[in-house]
Amino acid sequence: MTLSTETYAELREIAARYPEPRSGLLPMLHLVQSAEGRITPEGIEACAELLGVTAAEVSGVATFYTMYKRRPVGDYHVGVCTNTLCAVMGGDAIFERLKDHLGVGNDETTEDGKITLEHVECNAACDYAPVVMVNWEFMDNMTPETAMQIIDDLRAGKEVHSTRGPRIVTWREAERVLAGFPDGLADDGPAAGPASLVGLGLARERGWTAPSSDEGGEQKGQNQ
Amino acid sequence: MTDVLTPVLTDNWDQERSWTLASYAARGGYRTLDKAFAMTPDAVIDAVKESGLRGRGGAGFPTGMKWGFIPQDNPRPKYLVVNADESEPGTCKDIPLMMASPHTLVEGVIISSYAIRANKAFIYIRGEVLHVIRRVQRAVQEAYDAGHLGTNIHGSGYDLDIVVHAGAGAYICGEETALLEGLEGRRGQPRLRPPFPAVAGLYASPTVINNVESIASVPSIIANGHAWFASMGTEKSKGVGIFSLSGHVKRPGQYEAPLGITLRTLIDLAGGIRDGHELKFWTPGGSSTPLLTAEHLDVPLDFEGVGAAGSMLGTRALQIFDDTTCVVRATLRWTEFYKHESCGKCTPCREGTWWLVQVLAALEKGQGTEADLDLLLDQCDNILGRSFCALADGATSPVASSIQFFRDEYVAHLTHGGCPFDPAAATLFATAGAQV
Repeated sequence: MTLSTETYAELREIAARYPEPRSGLLPMLHLVQSAEGRITPEGIEACAELLGVTAAEVSGVATFYTMYKRRPVGDYHVGVCTNTLCAVMGGDAIFERLKDHLGVGNDETTEDGKITLEHVECNAACDYAPVVMVNWEFMDNMTPETAMQIIDDLRAGKEVHSTRGPRIVTWREAERVLAGFPDGLADDGPAAGPASLVGLGLARERGWTAPSSDEGGEQKGQNQ
Repeated sequence: MTDVLTPVLTDNWDQERSWTLASYAARGGYRTLDKAFAMTPDAVIDAVKESGLRGRGGAGFPTGMKWGFIPQDNPRPKYLVVNADESEPGTCKDIPLMMASPHTLVEGVIISSYAIRANKAFIYIRGEVLHVIRRVQRAVQEAYDAGHLGTNIHGSGYDLDIVVHAGAGAYICGEETALLEGLEGRRGQPRLRPPFPAVAGLYASPTVINNVESIASVPSIIANGHAWFASMGTEKSKGVGIFSLSGHVKRPGQYEAPLGITLRTLIDLAGGIRDGHELKFWTPGGSSTPLLTAEHLDVPLDFEGVGAAGSMLGTRALQIFDDTTCVVRATLRWTEFYKHESCGKCTPCREGTWWLVQVLAALEKGQGTEADLDLLLDQCDNILGRSFCALADGATSPVASSIQFFRDEYVAHLTHGGCPFDPAAATLFATAGAQV
């Protein structure tokens, strides 16, 4: 299958954002995944041709980064953090339960093509451990039960929301945003989850602030 | 006397729609641009130098000094690259910052780029945080629409473009030269230094690479004055920083405080360790910083204090583990992470992390002998300081420090014929009674 004319045009558009076109390769490969559902030989050839590099060079990049997949990914990529902190807090138990529940192993996709399960490394949400990422959206403070419920809802076609973000889009839609084509959902969801605000809440409660400005006249604690 | 917590970067996170330009501007956002543009670029660099701001990405290098290294007589374009590839295990401050207040970062990028005379800046965000990327993309677009980016910003004659760039899953790209490789469309493998990026960075041009929190600190320093920033913190570690508590405390989360606060104070603010348990070990700045224990509760969390205690302040990623946690399991898991994330360029790291996993995995199952602990330390000795970048050094930290403090627990695995701990007792959802 060859890439559509639109995809070619968008790949060119990505490369044009940078002083040197090759800088566009990472987002270009995200777009290939969005268009093709995975990194395909055709996608690699297209990037190579547009950037004037060999397919081997593009392939070398595509195989280095873990978000690029050579096999088809389900509509929903479920990443369970099993780095130490999350693993200890329950990530290992969640991952085991989801493997059993879905009947798949690590980096495998359910037969209905809906769910790809993978264990992932630290996703920078340790204060919400254990964390599960669904199409790279945060699912905070999971238990084996809540994680299973989310997966069942996704498979049943129900709308699922990140615990501090918007409704979950499909993996291919998400990859398009990563390629630099916004989907208009930036304003959905809260500013922050509860754990992000605990210190600020305590400071408010106890009247703690940063010192006043030494320049005079500027408002104390203002986040200029 | 400075207050215990001093919200600066986190101060607007509880505001209605804090991520929007409207909310940010209502609190004075982007007004500091005019103040900065009225200064010479060198004066902005001097102000950041005077403030004592040190890199918030872990290494603690003085930010203003880094900017001063850019050779302004070099005719090539200058670039600012923001390292938003937050991936160090335990580190979780930049992600909520960009989610709640991306405009703080964008304003910081504009002032910092002006200071180093760059007309193009890049924000390299790890790819695995979709909504954060949406928020930063949107903030940059809003800033363009409002005239805070583009040509002749605020009538100053200064031009700047920002590109938001999503990574694709590689811890190593948090290392600044590997990040540049990724940003140039290559495999993320670190470069040999010198030359340093300040001289030959992106496209072999002079480049400053700074962490999100460092850049986000710049608007408040310019707005309030360097003396204001320097009035917080300790003698050599000035200012405020976000401290991220995770794990077995009652209220994990983000606590913004002057550098030098202690873990004892932070745990107290977080409501203490889980009921019925006590602190066993913790990381001061992510898994690459050697473990500390309850005997280090009163160490000042600044660059010097944590260094004197035998570890590193790193990213203030305080992962807290109580007495239900097996340190061997924790160490093995971190080591598997380093093995997975080693880019493969340097032999001591690529092969060494693999061997560490072999030995640790056997010990965790109760196989091997006590001599394997010395073997592990010997392996660490052959890894530390022998690779291009610090990933390999970081990989040795949990191994060496866990053996230093918990040798008996390794031995217990051998005498017990496996792990003596119940992993269920350590989980978030076990507190109801699984551990009793």
